[in-house]
Amino acid sequence: MAESQVAASPIGTRQATNYLGRRRALRYWLLLVPGFLLLGTVFLYPIARFLLLSFQSESGISLANYRHLLTVPLYSQVLINTGVIALSTTVLCLVLGYPLAYFIANLSSVWSRRLLFLVLIPFWISILVRSYAWMVLLGRNGIVNNFLSSIGVISEPLPLMFNRTGVLIGMVQILLPYMILPLFAVMRSIDPVYLRAAASLGAPGWRAMLHVYFPLSLPGVAAGSLLVFILSLGFFITPALLGGRRDMMIAMLIEQQVNQALNFGLAAALAGVLLVATIVLLVVFERVLGLERLLGGLGGDAR
Amino acid sequence: MTVTQRNGARRISWGKVILVAYSVAVLLYLVGPLLVVLPLSFSSARYLTFPPPGWSLQWYERYLGSPQWTAATVRSLQLGVVVMLLAVVIGTAVAYGLAHLQFPGKRLVRAVVLSPLVVPVIILAVAVYELFLRLRLIGNFWALAIAHTVLALPFVVVLVSAALQTMDVALERAAASLGASEWQTFRYVTLPLIAPSMAAGAVFAFVTSWDELLVALFTSGTARATLPKRLWENVREFIDPTIAAVAVVIVGVSLLLLATLELLQLRAARNGGHNV
Repeated sequence: MAESQVAASPIGTRQATNYLGRRRALRYWLLLVPGFLLLGTVFLYPIARFLLLSFQSESGISLANYRHLLTVPLYSQVLINTGVIALSTTVLCLVLGYPLAYFIANLSSVWSRRLLFLVLIPFWISILVRSYAWMVLLGRNGIVNNFLSSIGVISEPLPLMFNRTGVLIGMVQILLPYMILPLFAVMRSIDPVYLRAAASLGAPGWRAMLHVYFPLSLPGVAAGSLLVFILSLGFFITPALLGGRRDMMIAMLIEQQVNQALNFGLAAALAGVLLVATIVLLVVFERVLGLERLLGGLGGDAR
Repeated sequence: MTVTQRNGARRISWGKVILVAYSVAVLLYLVGPLLVVLPLSFSSARYLTFPPPGWSLQWYERYLGSPQWTAATVRSLQLGVVVMLLAVVIGTAVAYGLAHLQFPGKRLVRAVVLSPLVVPVIILAVAVYELFLRLRLIGNFWALAIAHTVLALPFVVVLVSAALQTMDVALERAAASLGASEWQTFRYVTLPLIAPSMAAGAVFAFVTSWDELLVALFTSGTARATLPKRLWENVREFIDPTIAAVAVVIVGVSLLLLATLELLQLRAARNGGHNV
């Protein structure tokens, strides 16, 4: 863009344009300086430094912290938990989100905008508050249990919280919009002509859905699933409030190691594992689906 | 023929009924829990009973009467405003600079600027905690504001970049060819066009800081806790509906800003201005 502007500038000689172009470019670079300084000093530098702590142990530089992660059952269990919870969350989000996205995508544009707005409202509500709302609903004497026992469906309160059920109920609700947005974006662009063509060739509705519509929506499925999986890996608040002892995830263990055990080395190794997993998945995402789709998903937030 | 057709139509409409019911259920699941907290905060009961037996403002009185809660609220509001200003100024500069530069590695730079959106916040929180610990900045208002700005920056950059991209470059060139200085071009041509996006970015930046727990949990110190941190410390003793009142305050501020933004954009659209 800078070059095209130079080309349009009234000054004729090549040298002058070069000089002007360079001065302009310098000014644009200067605009980037505050942002670079901010990210360099309060983002890249502290994270890099913190990660380096993972290679330190009493005996100097070593991989001891990473070995601990894999060999101490308590820690490796947390890694497994995190993967399992993230995967379950993703699958549940897809099961709940796909029909809803399909429904919204096939409404008139006025209604589809209204419902999409409704889906987006939770984005604006603090995760802490939403998890608190679930605590009120799911507790032993919570609203759900009280209601069910008052109408006589149950005699004992159901264990809905401080276990995996609670974690998944809370996390799926928070991450569902990240699944719906990419799905919606892809479904909105699927031409209904394909379904009509399938129907006119004699395919019953479900076959047309399965063999024509679903394959066309796969980019949205992939984008939403990857996004939800990536975001669930780092969850902290919801599993901490709604989970039990057996539902500890990486982020919770990091917090515990820093605040209670004061074991920065192990926390750094955990952070390293989490960061590498996130980056690898993001690179896969970018290669397969492109960064724009990722921004489209996150940008649901940023519209 | 007619029979099978009717059958077909019937099956489709059954499918539709199920789809609508399922979608409504999922929408309720998304939005419903929030509708529970609101009545609880106005409850006259001493415990979390639902539906509330009667109405009162006692929990809001308790909230406003507690210096702990009000101090945290004021601190979070101040923090949000500072983060908003920092993020809008720095983010707009980054978006404007990047829009006008072409260089190898630009994609990487963009990726780094946007990465706080996807890097798990816990990593930033502990890393910044370790840094602030060494620099004795735990509990420092400005240090926390700067850390929050890192999280808010990508929203401003994404929104303003998008506005700059859809803007007609010819407008800038026309201004320049008519003799406007670069500053004048920015001030009188570009700025009015990207202002709605900057406003949206400002709201996102404020809410990012206002809702943020993890970085504040580690770095704001015990005496200078933000509102989410106070809520976090008290949320497990959830017998007390004061928490519900605080939750409503937190959500209320965010939704108020969202509504303001929507109104502004509706008005801008009606006046023929650019949408975000």
